[in-house]
Amino acid sequence: MDDERKVSVKKMSDEKITTDISFTKEILTKYPKEQRYLLAILQDIQRHYKFLPRKSLSMVQEYFDIPLSRLYSMATFYKALSLKPKGEYVIKICDGTACHLRGSNIIIDEIKKLLDIVPGDTTRDGRFSLETVNCLGSCAAAPVVVINDRFFGKVTPSKLKEIIEEYGGNGDE
Amino acid sequence: MNDMDKKSILVCCGPGCLSDNSDEVLANFKQKLQGQDIDIKAVVKGTGCQGLCEMGPLVRILPQDILYCKVRAADVDEIIEKTIIGNDIVERLLYHDTDSKKGVVSSNQIDFYRGQKKIALRNVGLIDPKNIDDYIAQDGYSALKKVLTQESREYAIDEIERSGLRGRGGAGFPTGIKWRQCAEFEEKPKYVICNGDEGDPGAFMDRSIIEGDPHSVIEGMTICAYAIGANNGFMYIRDEYFLAISNMTHALKQARASGFLGKNILGSGFDFDIEIVRGGGAFVCGESTALIASIEGRVGEPRAKYIHSNEQGLWYKPTVLNNVETWANVPFIINQGAERFGKIGTKKSKGTKVFSLVGKVKNTGLIEVPMGMPLRQIIFDIGGGINGNRKFKAVQTGGPSGGCIPEDHLDINVDFDSLAEAGSMMGSGGMIVMDDRSCMVDVARYYLNFLSGESCGKCIPCREGIKRMLEILNDICCGKGREGDLELLMEIAETVEEASLCGLGKTAPNPVITTLRYFKDEYIAHIKEKRCPAGVCRELTSYHIDQELCRGCGLCSKQCPQDAIAKRDKYFAIDESLCVKCGSCIDTCRFDAIKVGGRISCK
Repeated sequence: MDDERKVSVKKMSDEKITTDISFTKEILTKYPKEQRYLLAILQDIQRHYKFLPRKSLSMVQEYFDIPLSRLYSMATFYKALSLKPKGEYVIKICDGTACHLRGSNIIIDEIKKLLDIVPGDTTRDGRFSLETVNCLGSCAAAPVVVINDRFFGKVTPSKLKEIIEEYGGNGDE
Repeated sequence: MNDMDKKSILVCCGPGCLSDNSDEVLANFKQKLQGQDIDIKAVVKGTGCQGLCEMGPLVRILPQDILYCKVRAADVDEIIEKTIIGNDIVERLLYHDTDSKKGVVSSNQIDFYRGQKKIALRNVGLIDPKNIDDYIAQDGYSALKKVLTQESREYAIDEIERSGLRGRGGAGFPTGIKWRQCAEFEEKPKYVICNGDEGDPGAFMDRSIIEGDPHSVIEGMTICAYAIGANNGFMYIRDEYFLAISNMTHALKQARASGFLGKNILGSGFDFDIEIVRGGGAFVCGESTALIASIEGRVGEPRAKYIHSNEQGLWYKPTVLNNVETWANVPFIINQGAERFGKIGTKKSKGTKVFSLVGKVKNTGLIEVPMGMPLRQIIFDIGGGINGNRKFKAVQTGGPSGGCIPEDHLDINVDFDSLAEAGSMMGSGGMIVMDDRSCMVDVARYYLNFLSGESCGKCIPCREGIKRMLEILNDICCGKGREGDLELLMEIAETVEEASLCGLGKTAPNPVITTLRYFKDEYIAHIKEKRCPAGVCRELTSYHIDQELCRGCGLCSKQCPQDAIAKRDKYFAIDESLCVKCGSCIDTCRFDAIKVGGRISCK
């Protein structure tokens, strides 16, 4: 990965701490005040901040004039939404049936060994998050690993080691 | 040079090929041909899934119908020089027949394509999904024109009803009856919904249709909307399918611009438009009432269906909800007539079905076959048999709610009723092949683990029942299985099946019930002998190298991520204390020398 992009990602995560709310404001003006747009709004917020910041949720709550609990029920129900910040690199391991049969659980174990995280977790330095997804439709290349939209097919434990090292490996080591 | 000489280069940009960088191949073709001053006329198109994912990235050249496999960006120059400029074939990129080892030029000579019949996928892999003119050139929107300008609302419903089309989302409800019932309600407004929330692990049929031929779905929905009197439609697509959403968004814009959507469609006075709703990543939202709740902006919990969505669906208004594949069938039926469609398939299951054929099968890919084709033909002729010529064990159909079908049932015909009889179901079309290295207890556990995470938690049988069954299966897989476990599993399964609120819960025990029915001996081996016959459940497995069979090549040792395999004398041996039972060695050994044993008592 080039240094320029690294810097921009770093900058974004710094902004995230103070939660730049202008984007949330911008999103809200795009949608009419109807409940049917709630999920779309939350998805847009998630996509921008990589999670749902509390401040943004409060703004959505005010905009729709609904209890905050309803937003939390959405946030915890839908897999695409998350209340915890995600890492710089999101590792998605396909655990669809085809990938499972071809050993995706071994890949998950290997990540645990390499980065000490299980699905749903983020490394302490905030660099890697691990998720499992159901099917990415690339079953011919099973097992499949995706890191920030970059595909890796027919992944084996030894290939995985190389991939993770390419992304800087475990920072603790 | 006349138009007959004009060649089309179709580069597959389906999910399988894209993950293997087919976009680079496409870009390279475009760049090389556009920048050329040589006098060649060729059109380059990025298409939807061409089917044979295993051999991707695929490039098909028409009108000669030449199929090139595993094409890299670096191969583009040679293809242009030999095949596009000259009329020669690049032998090394052809598909090579597994038996004769000879190169096969055209796709219809390949076993994988030969037995197929394409209706829902008729344009997928053939047209550029981003170009509405490509769709129109294949008779696109002519069915809509026919219904709007020459025929009546009644005609459309009649044709669909007579065709015998049944819902392709899983349950197989007759589509025509659904439409007719909804048309008869007078309450307005009415809605039309497309269910594209394909959450089944191991399934990518709907995605491939939306990505590869979005207009056929739009056309199908618009015909239905006209027939039942709806003016608004919703397309619910998984948010993870970003290419599908982008292609569909683009297609909707083009359809509006061409007058096939929007106000006064084709001058008929009929208004209809479609909105995309992005799914939030919840499997249960594939259930119709949960999907409707999700479109309304609520948590996607299903409700009891005392009143069908036909009558009270979206915002309690009459709604027709069909799956992507069902919609894609509609224009074909209107164009070709109900009779022609009805001739394909079996008596009670008409037409074709799209499957994603995956797992331990040689030709992984997207297929469409006439209903009634025997499972054996699908797996061994089209699929080419089992990877590495291992032994077939089971095929799983119907997604997490389906069942596993063993070898002695391989001759059943694939249709709604025969699959249900075998304890499985058609489902949306995932077909997952398993070999002797697949543990059926682990498979049941895998599905239940998936379902326990996806259960919405509204009703107790599903929420608690699945969890308890999963606990028992977890125990069995790690050697803590007890006598009586199987009886208890069956009892819970029956309760969950009977008492759950929606389809997810009602069908959730299927993986357990079918594996218990057909593979009980594997469960018993786990519980009584503390042994996993397939060598998958780690706590119950040990690997060793058969010294008689080992040739000392050392491939396994190179593949081992644990460095657990080392040379002892002439041959290799596995250090049990280091082995994590990943199976890399078994998959690499060409002499079948690595054997699976039972639990080891050390440690």
